[in-house]
Amino acid sequence: MSTHASTVAESTTDSIHTPPGPHELEARALSVLYGETRAVKDVSIKIPDRKVVAFIGPSGCGKSTLLRCFNRMNDLIPGARVEGEALFQGQNLYERGVDPVDVRRRIGMVFQKPNPFPKSIHDNIAFGPRINGYSGDMGELVERSLRQAALWEEVKDRLDASALALSGGQQQRLCIARALAVEPEVLLMDEPASALDPIATQKIEDLIYELKRDYTVVIVTHNMQQAARVSDYTAFLYMGELVEYGATKGIFTNPREDRTEAYITGRFG
Amino acid sequence: MSGRDPRSDAPGARSPATQVDGAAGPHPAAQRDPNQFAPRLVGRRRWGVAFQVICLVATLVGVVVLALLLVDIIMDGAGRLSLAFLDNFPSRFADRSGVKPALWGSAWALLLTVVIAFPLGVGTAIWLEEYAPDNRFTRLVETNIANLAGVPSIVYGILGLALFVRAMAMGRTLLAAGATLALLILPVIVVASQEALKAVPGSIRLGAYALGATRWEAVRYHVFPLALPGILTGTILALSRAVGETAPVIMVGALAFMSYVPDHPLDDGFTVLPFQLYSWVAKPGADFQELAAATGIVLLVLLLVMNGGAIYLRNKFTGER
Repeated sequence: MSTHASTVAESTTDSIHTPPGPHELEARALSVLYGETRAVKDVSIKIPDRKVVAFIGPSGCGKSTLLRCFNRMNDLIPGARVEGEALFQGQNLYERGVDPVDVRRRIGMVFQKPNPFPKSIHDNIAFGPRINGYSGDMGELVERSLRQAALWEEVKDRLDASALALSGGQQQRLCIARALAVEPEVLLMDEPASALDPIATQKIEDLIYELKRDYTVVIVTHNMQQAARVSDYTAFLYMGELVEYGATKGIFTNPREDRTEAYITGRFG
Repeated sequence: MSGRDPRSDAPGARSPATQVDGAAGPHPAAQRDPNQFAPRLVGRRRWGVAFQVICLVATLVGVVVLALLLVDIIMDGAGRLSLAFLDNFPSRFADRSGVKPALWGSAWALLLTVVIAFPLGVGTAIWLEEYAPDNRFTRLVETNIANLAGVPSIVYGILGLALFVRAMAMGRTLLAAGATLALLILPVIVVASQEALKAVPGSIRLGAYALGATRWEAVRYHVFPLALPGILTGTILALSRAVGETAPVIMVGALAFMSYVPDHPLDDGFTVLPFQLYSWVAKPGADFQELAAATGIVLLVLLLVMNGGAIYLRNKFTGER
């Protein structure tokens, strides 16, 4: 693995191996402060186009907070302050004049707990396109989004049924379909399977594998097997710092940092 | 039963004599002195039963008094109820008297109250819950609104007289009464709506924002519809209170005798059901007491219909999810 890293990746330090470009997302000396607490400390990371990158680390290590910088969801948390830069296709998302509403359409997000709107399956999908002025065939878009999320066959006969009648795993795939319906370029997933059973989890993981053909996917996960299964690159965060970053296989078979090794072998976290 | 009865069925319990030399016992429970416990179960159970009976009596007192009140008012007033009673004007002859102007006045006042209080109250609640920054000013506003809910209604009447009747030159009109009653129930609507908005899970808001919704779109399409049943219930209960209020409408100039129905909200002179009731109660003669009771029945029916409406609306909007 190290030979691969040294020949292809541009190496920043020994344990941060930046994947080859083009890079869709990038953090430059990014810090997030909640009041006095620094949840993310001076993180610099580049996320390649149409790959799956997993953020792993123990609870409170700042991985979700870092994820939320990329679609400016931290704006919604009172007292949260962002320093440094978060770039999307070279554009600093925190620059003056960047509208977070537009950022969030282009960079979609799926949350830890499925959060479908208490409306019909159809309306859950149609809401995003509708507010964003979609003028095409809504029925067709709903079908395409549900197919992309591998949910179409299960719900095609009951699009008018309440989304709350679906199982947890189906609800989460509906949330993914909903996010895809506004045609984002990046999908951020904040522990998307942690509230699901193993079978539903596997469906979500298969789906992530499919999605990376068209989307850049960043996934935060508590589950190291999951990171190993779905991601191309893995970033290990600890106490708000980026400790190690590189190809997933390398991180899991040959971690360079003691802290990474301790975490992935289950000695803490 | 003796309070000092050592019940030695607990595992490891010993006689007090062996306990004195403490540390030897293998199990901590063995070192405790069972004589220090006095369960007195029979006595405690008796207290439980007594408390239950006290609560039952408290419930019955309320229910029985309410039932007696209803029976009394129906016995007195039912004989006077007729379509003519609803369609007649007040008269010095009890047989020809009716509540037409009061019924219309109450209906008008109710309509004006809801038209004024609903948008103001719900708007305030949405601002406080969805938009306002969490700072000292917001907390001050919230505290004051909560306190306003406790201000006596006659004080609102004085405010209505000074502000609407005099300063804004509305005169003794339905509009002044409606505006006064709207002020009276505004805090209740605000607090009820805030509670309803707070009950909407934050994940719904985040879900909408993550799809590129503006704050307005998140509120308009998701938060508000979810809060609506609670908001409507609170509003209608507040309106039920407004329709029964007497003191503030007296302050803004309700009339005891109306020989016409106001044509529009700014027509001079008005009356409402509770004040009509009060003015008849104040008159001598059994006839007028019966009229007052009959007016009370009309008012109660109006309130029942409104509360029924509240339940219907809540179920309707809750069922749509």
